[in-house]
Amino acid sequence: MNTILRHKGWIWGFRSTVLLYFIMLIVLPLLGVYFNSFSLGWSMFVESVSDPIAWKSVLLTLKLAVIATLINVVIGTMIAWVLNRYSFFGRSILNSLVDLPFALPTAVGGLMILLLLGPGSFIGSIAESLGFEIVFHQPAIVIAMVFVTFPFVIRAVQPLLEEIDPSEEEAAYTMGASGSRVFRKVFLPSMAPGMISGGMLAFSRALAEFGAVVLVAGNIPGRTLIASVFIYGEVESDNAAGAAAVSIILLTLSFSILWCINLVQMRGRRS
Amino acid sequence: MKKYWITLTYIVFIVLIIIPLLKIGSGAFSEGFSGWKDSLIRPEAIHALLVTGLVVVVVTCINTLFGVMMAIYLVRSHWLSRKIKSFLNSLVDLPYAVSPVIGGLMIVLLLGPESIMGGFFENIGFRVVYAFPGMVIATLFVTFPLMVREVMPVLQEIGAQQEEAASTLGAYGWTTFWKVTWPSIQWAVLYGVVLTVARSLGEFGAVLVVSGNIMNKTQTATTLVYQDVENFNVIAANSVALVLAAISIGLLLMMEWTKRRKGVS
Repeated sequence: MNTILRHKGWIWGFRSTVLLYFIMLIVLPLLGVYFNSFSLGWSMFVESVSDPIAWKSVLLTLKLAVIATLINVVIGTMIAWVLNRYSFFGRSILNSLVDLPFALPTAVGGLMILLLLGPGSFIGSIAESLGFEIVFHQPAIVIAMVFVTFPFVIRAVQPLLEEIDPSEEEAAYTMGASGSRVFRKVFLPSMAPGMISGGMLAFSRALAEFGAVVLVAGNIPGRTLIASVFIYGEVESDNAAGAAAVSIILLTLSFSILWCINLVQMRGRRS
Repeated sequence: MKKYWITLTYIVFIVLIIIPLLKIGSGAFSEGFSGWKDSLIRPEAIHALLVTGLVVVVVTCINTLFGVMMAIYLVRSHWLSRKIKSFLNSLVDLPYAVSPVIGGLMIVLLLGPESIMGGFFENIGFRVVYAFPGMVIATLFVTFPLMVREVMPVLQEIGAQQEEAASTLGAYGWTTFWKVTWPSIQWAVLYGVVLTVARSLGEFGAVLVVSGNIMNKTQTATTLVYQDVENFNVIAANSVALVLAAISIGLLLMMEWTKRRKGVS
């Protein structure tokens, strides 16, 4: 038995199986999308992309994802700060709750927001009487994106806060710097790489989000139809080439963000 | 000042996470316990939960096996040049950047009935898209980076010295793996398994596109929730969502536990 197991062929068999699996599962499908969107020629690609519903959905996605990311960078930095610097009742519970949006199915997340803010709910009816419309409008999409991307900034900033040398802070105070000045000059620069890379991760996730958004957005073309829902609609109506054309815009965007994150992290490691 | 920030943090958590969770619970029980039970014992709900369970089991097994091997190859192998390794390493993260809907679309394009490969499988009587295999492939695609990314840093940290010592002393590949490598990566692998289970349980976009969401056939728990919401059957949606949320919270607790074990060992 052992001599059979030790045969060289096994090792090469394993190696090629794993690499083949990887290429078939990850690389081939990606190339397939790029290939498919250009399969009918460049002009067809331009035509699918220049459809106003298509490019408006991409622009809307970008706009809302930027808003959601900015909200998350602010809230996330604050929460990371509070969770790491202060000790108070319930801190460790809150710290584990941070990951809940990762663990929760996104469709359940969407349903939660729908229940909380939807028509007939307490907050929904207050907002409606004030003339606001939340669910099935853009605010709901932003809320869904914020919920889904909530952990990213916190988890990126926390390790950086732990690494800060307390003597730097003490030195700054000893030399008479005020609290807000210490925050700006000592803490903010050390947290910045985490805020940037966490923010970019959150941004790329917000661009890609589907499950939570499809339930709360009204999906009205041009106003509340975001790119991933648009792609889904195109697939459902059997227009695969159109779906692929919009997909590669989104994909190219996300890949460049991923590449930027790698650059930021590499620079952070070198310094 | 400090009190003010802590209160603000509590408010964010309560508004963003705790109230929505309670809302799912109260929504599921809004017609009492029997309303919750009735929507769960609908045949389509039972079927959907079973399909989800099956997808989770299959995906977790395959992903664990290939993820651990990929991580070992990416960190340890001498038969790949350094450049190829770092190139493959950057490819591992791609599924993170891909919208789940696009992930589903890729599989439909590649293996759908109109494609070359899909047509071939269709001819030999094996359906991939709009059937169980397609759903597994879609979920595998989405969950691929999780295991690799958990195991790789641990392998890098422990270094190759002990393994080299073991093979110098005459241990064979398998023995080295089980006696030396496995004990140091086991908690990372477990953490990766929990993450994979959570992600494949909750996968929605990719599965929705690939499965076609056919009731009592390819419907999973998350796509059932979606369909119930679309049909304005809110109590049923809540009941299934509550089950999913409860499992997620259980997984979250397990994540915390393994994280602590990982830190200790």
